[in-house]
Amino acid sequence: MDLSYFFELFLGGMTRGSIYALIALGYTMVYGIIKLINFAHGEIYMIGAFTALIISSVLGFTGMNSILILVISGVLAIFFSSAYGVTMEKIAYKPLREAPRLSALISAIGMSMFLQNYVLLAQTPDFLPFPTLIPDFKFLKPIEKILNSTQLVILVTTAVVMILLTILIKFTRTGKAMRATSQDAKMAQLLGININRVITITFIIGSATAAIGGVLISSHTGQLNYYIGFIAGIKAFVAAVLGGIGSIPGAVLGSFVLGWTESFGTGYISSDYEDVFAFIFLLVILIFRPSGILGRSQNDKV
Amino acid sequence: MSNLVKYFSLKEIKKSLVITLWFMVLTFPIMVIKVNTIENTVIWRWGYLAIIAIGSFILSTLWRYMMERKSLQAGKESKISLQQKLREMGEKNPRLKRGALAAVVVLVVAYPFATSMYQTGIMTTALMYVVLGLGLNIVVGLGGLLHLGYAAFYAVGAYTYALLHVHFGIGFWVSLPIGAGLATILGILLAIPVLRLRGDYLAIVTLGFGEIVRIILENWNDFSYGPSGIANIPRPTLFGIHFKLQQATIFIYFIMVALVVFTIFIVRRLENSRMGRTWIAMREDEIASQSMGIDITKTKVTTFAIGAFWAGMIGVVFAAKTTFINPASFTLWESIIILCIVVIGGMGSIFGVVVGAGILILLPEYLRAFSQYRMLLFGAILVLMMVFRPGGIVTNVRKVYRIDKEKTGEAE
Repeated sequence: MDLSYFFELFLGGMTRGSIYALIALGYTMVYGIIKLINFAHGEIYMIGAFTALIISSVLGFTGMNSILILVISGVLAIFFSSAYGVTMEKIAYKPLREAPRLSALISAIGMSMFLQNYVLLAQTPDFLPFPTLIPDFKFLKPIEKILNSTQLVILVTTAVVMILLTILIKFTRTGKAMRATSQDAKMAQLLGININRVITITFIIGSATAAIGGVLISSHTGQLNYYIGFIAGIKAFVAAVLGGIGSIPGAVLGSFVLGWTESFGTGYISSDYEDVFAFIFLLVILIFRPSGILGRSQNDKV
Repeated sequence: MSNLVKYFSLKEIKKSLVITLWFMVLTFPIMVIKVNTIENTVIWRWGYLAIIAIGSFILSTLWRYMMERKSLQAGKESKISLQQKLREMGEKNPRLKRGALAAVVVLVVAYPFATSMYQTGIMTTALMYVVLGLGLNIVVGLGGLLHLGYAAFYAVGAYTYALLHVHFGIGFWVSLPIGAGLATILGILLAIPVLRLRGDYLAIVTLGFGEIVRIILENWNDFSYGPSGIANIPRPTLFGIHFKLQQATIFIYFIMVALVVFTIFIVRRLENSRMGRTWIAMREDEIASQSMGIDITKTKVTTFAIGAFWAGMIGVVFAAKTTFINPASFTLWESIIILCIVVIGGMGSIFGVVVGAGILILLPEYLRAFSQYRMLLFGAILVLMMVFRPGGIVTNVRKVYRIDKEKTGEAE
């Protein structure tokens, strides 16, 4: 067995996993708070990537430094993604908080369709090349084949985001409110926690990490279209379920496991069935351990 | 409408203006700037900003008005539905009912002869979606299980006929029950792993299942001929008589009419049967129904199996109608369109599904100019429907057994 090929796949899988993790966080956090699978989350990710593409091409004409462009377009992508996330929550989910689960799910699917076609109609159905904004690091030259600079940036950014998020949730007042809400929303409300604010913050954080993921993956693959959110969203969801939905470390772990599965699966078995691996993995996990790797099993209350 | 006046007060206008401003900022990069990174051009479309501004101002006012109306109505008893009104009218004077029925029959029979072949083709498609909708309605509307992989069963039917024809030369009429049967078996197979899953997981697993079937059809070239699909599938024959194209179109139309009548008959019977009532009980509350002695495992398997049956059957008709199939016809969006029919028409209501299929399939055909906005509108309608009218256009009326004057059933 070729060891360098193995490492290439290993790091490739880790890069994939990082991106899935950034998206899966949004799923798992929203699920933790309002017990809803936000089907439109993949679209938020896509909108983040698209915003970054638009802003960076406009700024590209001014002849600005590419790192500065990356930072500005990244920040704006985060802003707009979060704005879309919050607006979506207000329109499609908030009125349905008391409604049956099925209604909220269908509403989420509708939102997903709407946003996809909105970008399709307002922009273009074709694939657009994404500008290369991340510079080539010189010190990575010797191992370029195994790990390139975009991958390094992805891995480092993901790690930083994860650490920040852990600090936010473990040690701040907002984090405490979020944990309380996810445990028991009604009780939290009785104790004076503003649920609406917590939900808004959750959507902002989830959308922001998705936007970061969107910008990074688009720089990695070098292209995007209106449809990228769909498959990435589903895979991130699979990752969230793998790790145990509602659990943040679980989402990260599940994402890496999924990333590696796909990377090794396509590398050693067949690339035609890339997307099938994720779904089969999901089926197997759900049959044998429905609560996920790190999730606790929940009993339905009567 | 009198309290609509309130929305012209300064305070409300200010509120709308804030929302308008928010949406103008929100949609700015995607609506106004259009970039082409291949040719490196940027187009600024300021006109769209004005449209967004006017649109969101009106819509936000309307939204708040509708919200208020909804909260006012929440306490009141739900209004009598269209279906109920029609039924009562029919009961009051049976002659009218018989006349209306006769008119419908005449219209249905005369339709393919009075209109062009193209119109007949569209109507056949709409009828196919009626049956698909009724099939999915069993799973989603009656069983309360969100199923996003319904197109997979549809594909199974279509490929059954196509492959049976290619390999064994088997005709339409033999394939029809085989296709439906295979889809049913696949439905049972799918039901087994998903038995333990709750609503949201179920949705994603069925979605994954649909995608797996499509990806396999696309990549397993030796079996399914891959993305290029299978062509030259024969149209149905009648006792060995082969029709010309125009006659065949009319013939398929009548096959579909017969299948719709058959489906409605069977689904109505099922709905009121012991099995149908267990479906509804499961939808309302899984745990409660289980404690009343309903076998949830069996109930879930039967919903999936019987739901899949209709999709398999229509798949065979689809292959015979288009004479060409490939995996691109059975994407997730196909499943979602069928779901839209059920949801928009009215979950659980047969009449609703018929209305839903009519609106969703026929309207886009006649409003060709807006065809590119179709999916956008469907998405928006799904959200609005769930927020303002979760029961659909034709809200299903549950049987209510009245004890004294108290209303005991809870309309949902």
